[in-house]
Formats: sequence, structure tokens, C-alpha cells
Amino acid sequence: MAAPRIGIFICHCGTNIGGIVDVPQVVEYAKNLPYVVHAEANMYTCSEEGISSIKHAIKEYDLNRVVVASCTPRTHQPLFRNACADAGLNPYLFEFVNIREHCSWIHMKNRREATEKAKELVKMGVAKARWLDAQEEFESDVYPAAMVIGGGVAGMSAALNLANQGFEVHLVEKEPELGGRLLKLNRIFTINKDPSELVESIVKAVEGHSKIRLHMPAVVKAASGYIGNFDISVDEGGKEVSFKVGVIIVATGAQVLKPELYRYGELANVLTQLDLEQRLKDSELGEFQNVVMINCVGARIPERPYCSRVCCMTAIKNAALMKEINPEAKVYVLYRDLMTYGVEFEEYYRDAKEAGVRFIRYTPSNPPQVIGTEKVESVKVYDELMDMELELPCDLLVLATPLIANDDNEELSRMLKVPIGDGGFFLEAHVKLRPVEFAMDGIYVGGSCRWPADIRESIAQGYAAASEAAIPLRQGKVKVEAITATVDPKICKGCGTCALVCPFDAIELKESEIRGLEGKIVSEVNTALCKGCGLCAAACPNGAVQQRGFTDTQLLSMVNALSGKR
Amino acid sequence: MQDTKEVKTEFKPKILAFCCNWCAYAGADLAGVSRFQMPTNVRVIRVMCSGRVPPELIIRALANGLDGVMVLGCHPGECHYSEGNYLTRRRAHVLKRLLDYIGIEPERFQLRWVSAAEGAKFSAVVKETTDKIKALGPNKWVDKK
Repeated sequence: MAAPRIGIFICHCGTNIGGIVDVPQVVEYAKNLPYVVHAEANMYTCSEEGISSIKHAIKEYDLNRVVVASCTPRTHQPLFRNACADAGLNPYLFEFVNIREHCSWIHMKNRREATEKAKELVKMGVAKARWLDAQEEFESDVYPAAMVIGGGVAGMSAALNLANQGFEVHLVEKEPELGGRLLKLNRIFTINKDPSELVESIVKAVEGHSKIRLHMPAVVKAASGYIGNFDISVDEGGKEVSFKVGVIIVATGAQVLKPELYRYGELANVLTQLDLEQRLKDSELGEFQNVVMINCVGARIPERPYCSRVCCMTAIKNAALMKEINPEAKVYVLYRDLMTYGVEFEEYYRDAKEAGVRFIRYTPSNPPQVIGTEKVESVKVYDELMDMELELPCDLLVLATPLIANDDNEELSRMLKVPIGDGGFFLEAHVKLRPVEFAMDGIYVGGSCRWPADIRESIAQGYAAASEAAIPLRQGKVKVEAITATVDPKICKGCGTCALVCPFDAIELKESEIRGLEGKIVSEVNTALCKGCGLCAAACPNGAVQQRGFTDTQLLSMVNALSGKR
Repeated sequence: MQDTKEVKTEFKPKILAFCCNWCAYAGADLAGVSRFQMPTNVRVIRVMCSGRVPPELIIRALANGLDGVMVLGCHPGECHYSEGNYLTRRRAHVLKRLLDYIGIEPERFQLRWVSAAEGAKFSAVVKETTDKIKALGPNKWVDKK
């Protein structure tokens, strides 16, 4: 093997890194590290200019290793690996050093120490880089079918999108009816239409589609495998059904909080917005004269800090509808802040005000009080803007409560090995760069199971998830990152510890067929099944099993670099 | 004699953290994105799973003179690879006893769980561990040998 010739590129990231870490000093330091033949600073290494600078340097200095010290490999590794590949260098001869998220951004008040830390991180990266090997990526086939979990508007949109592209789709819905949350609504903001029109047209398209196989009522019981190759088992009305898919879209929606506030569940004339819609739908509301609505009930509080986004508009919609049904009625909306983002929403809000709905701002430190024994008779509220307490007569109190995560999210998260984040909602791979994908390849997410979304957003996210999912389906093959395990059959003693710890049954003990080792029992890795966790490499008592890109030598070289040993 | 010298210069421990790619490393990224400020003593090595870290490597790091080693992984039950962190947890128990046996304070090794959503926890763990190691003082195992 040729002697390592390492090139290192240190990113200012504008002022993100350069404003804290003394980048020129780190460059000078890097120049003196072993095997480094070129070191330079870039304003933005990820820019067109930075990338071409890497490509140029690979040729100019005959580099056979590239190190970039900038942000996080979780977002930018593919970009720099591609740059290496473009310049004819195997992309696995690239090493990433994180001096932004793990250094400049967390040590903003200590420039000197941040610079020292950046130097050490670079030193560790260079130490590892010298031991990198070229790798070939393994290609595996993608089974041309998808599973969509959730038959709400997001899930149905995703399923239709994929089916219309010609892919087979398994749509799994736990209720006996398609439509999800939409079935429960009385009207849709801002178009003020009955949602059944919308639902029926989508449901009809889904049910009549030759490419869509409906599983309903059904829940996913088991899922195993990896992108391109998932084995699914669902419980469909007590019967177990198994099938194979290449990709999975999670669109399981959310539920509406039933509050333990404002005497909900105790007094008959206290409803949630969803209860109100149900009564309107069933024409069971009855007479009303004084309506009070309270927003942010159980939302934007320490234990549930997020804004549910759809409740303000729901309250405005229903408040205006109350005025429409009974123009003589007094309708008050008590709010903390009104989220009426965008052109139409703001207009919708203005229309409601013009129709006579009164909006009163309350503060969470001084919340409205419900007066009444048998039923609500009035609501006392401190009007923050007028600086006075009001008592509003009330014969119907409606609470706007947030969407909260489904109870079965945790179970699904464990089954699919996808993360859930704040509030129990599913967590996407990256909030900006990969908003409808999970970090786990081949699994996508859309709609309110990710975060409260309105109908339009749910449909858009369903489509977005479907178009992401269609990429591997269309390509028919996926490349698996070459971080899988390898076994040196000469060193392997055939103890089988690696096979024992492998969660994916990717290692088997076999008689070797290699010349000179015929008949020796050794471990063999099935690369198609290996997910690159490295458990086997850590468990191997004599170093025969190694994980590509994370070998014992590579990790040890980083430890030694940090502790000043060679 | 040696001791009085050390009191004068502030002890700045050097701590290594192995972070799994899916939870702890992502949590560390989130801490950065959230601009949570923390001590500068910790250096992260990314591994795909906390279960990739062999105990020998942790011992090597401490024997080399590093003042502390952390292994940070997904919460139990949330491992990207199903059960890697369970192996890590089992190894940690044995490793702590071994460290004690060979004369390295077991507290120099810390196993903690940090999810991808726990940027605040990552920063808290860094602070706690740094304080803990500072209280222990420099790793003198190398000198003893």
C-alpha cells in the first residue's frame, strides 16, 4: 500500500466555526501532523468552491486520504465522500471531524480552549485517516412494494401516490374505516366545506386501486429486515397476514387531548372542539346563546410545551360557525396567542372578527375560571389588554385542546427501530434536510404522527414521504454503507461469540473453503444481512472480526492520538 | 511535594466519549445546534453502536493516562440495533469491577444513555462527568505503574 498522503480541509463555516475557533492556527497545527501533506482553510468547505478545492487538491498533491473538519457527518458526510469519488479517490478514504456542533457551538465563550480542542479533534481524525482502507459498497435488491401504516389523509395520499407510480402498496389501518381524524370533523377550515366530500373521493380512489392492498382493521405485529427487504406481519381481524415490502411509510396520525381542566367531563356543557364538531355533525347541539371558547387548554405548558398549530384555526372556524347558526349568540374566544399564519388564515381570522366573534387575550398565570355548579353559568377572565376582569355569561364552553401523540407510537418505534422525540411524536432524521425520512434507511414519516399538521400539510407530507420512498423502489437497488463486518479466517478460532451477539443473524460458523484453510470452522459474515453495528468486532476475543471504517486499529489510533501516545 | 505543585495549576481533565451514531452522537449534535454551552474537556469518538466499544479500548485509554472515559448510547430498549446497548450495559458492570481490581477508580468510566432528542441531557452529562472527574483529580495510574 502506498504511504498515506493526507489532505485536510478546515471549514470556517462563515463565523460559525471561524468566529470562535482560530482556524488558521488549526491549519498550521494540522500541517505538522504525521502524513499530512496538505492543509487548508475554507470559508465554506461544503460550497461549490470548497468542494472543487478538495477535488483540485486530491490531484495536485496526490492525496490518498481526505479529512474535513467542519460540521457533522450525519448531514454532510455523503457530500464530501462524493467529492472524493468525483476526484477518483475511494470515498471510504475520507474522514470527518466535527468542530462545529461538538466544538465551536458549545464553547462560544472560550475561544482559546475551543481552538485547543479543535486541534485535538483534528489530530484524532488524522490518526484514524491514516488507517482507512478503500471499500466497495454492497448492493442489495429492493423489493418493489411499500407498506403505509395509517389510513388517514396523509397515509392515503402516500399510498395513492406510490400506487399511481405503479408500485404495490399495503395500506394498514387499525380502524374498520379509512379516513382517520377527518371522519370526525364537521367542517374544514378555510374552505368551510364538509370533509366527507374530500374523504369520499380519496377513499374511493384508494379502495378502487388495483395496486393497493387494504389491511383493515389491522395492526402491524412484527417488522424485521432493512431497506429493500422488510418482512412484515400484521394482525388483520385476528388473522395473521405476512408480506414483504421494500419501504415503509409511517402516517399513523395523532389523538386529541381530553383535558382534566375547566371541569371537562364533570359539567355537561363543557366540550372539546372535537366534541363540538361531533355534535354539529350529528345535529345534536341544541340551543345556545352564550358561547365561550378557551384556547391552549393543556398546551404550551411545562409538561406539554409545544404549540399544536391546528387548534387556533379550529376555534376560529367553530366560533364563526356558531355566529352563522345563531347570529344573536355572543361568541368569545379566550386565547393566549393566535397562530393564524399565512395569507388565508389571517383573512379567515379577520372574517370571524367581522362576523362578531370577540377575541380576548388571557395570561397563563391568571387563567379563566369556570363558574357554575350543575353546569357552566359563566366564565371569569382577566382581559390582559384591557387590564380588567370580565365575567362572561356562558351556556356552552368549548375547549381547544392539542393533538397529542398516539399511545402506540412507542410500540411501533421499537418494532421499526425508529426514534420518537419530544411529546412522543416520531422524530425525523433532520428537521430541515430530511424532514420526511427516519434516520433508519427505507422508513419514512408524514402527517400528524410527526407533529400536529392540518389537512393540507398532511397531504403534502404524505406526497413528500411517498416521493422519497419511490427513489429506492424506482432504482430497484440500494447501496449499503460499507461499514459491515469482516472476518479474517486465518485468525478466527471459530468460537462463535460473534454469531452469538449478532442481532441480525448475519454471522454463521462454516467450514472454510479458502485454500490452505479447507475444513477449518470459521465465522462468515452475510454482508446482505449485516447492518454495521460492530457488536461482533467488540466481542471477538482475538481481533479476527473487524468492522470496516471502525476497526480496532482505527479506534485505538484515535485514543492514542488523544492521549499523546503513538 | 508533587501535590503542592498540582494545586497551583488548575486541573483540566481530558475525557473521551464514545458516542453511538444514532442516539448519543445525534444528541451531541442537537446540543450543538441548541448552543448549549459546556466544559471543553470532552472529545467525542463516533461509533455506530455503543456495543462496538470493547472494554480493552476503555482500559487502554485510561492506562494511557486519560482522566475519564464515557460511553454514551441509546436508552435501553431504543437501540438502533435492537440489543447492542444491553451488551454495553453488561460489559460495563464487569469492566467497573475490573478497573477497581487493577487500581483505576471505576468512576473514571461512565456509561450513560442519551437519545437523539436529548441535547440538554448530553450537555448535562458532560458537565456532571467533568465535575466528577475534577473531584477525583488526575488519573495517576500511569505514574503508579
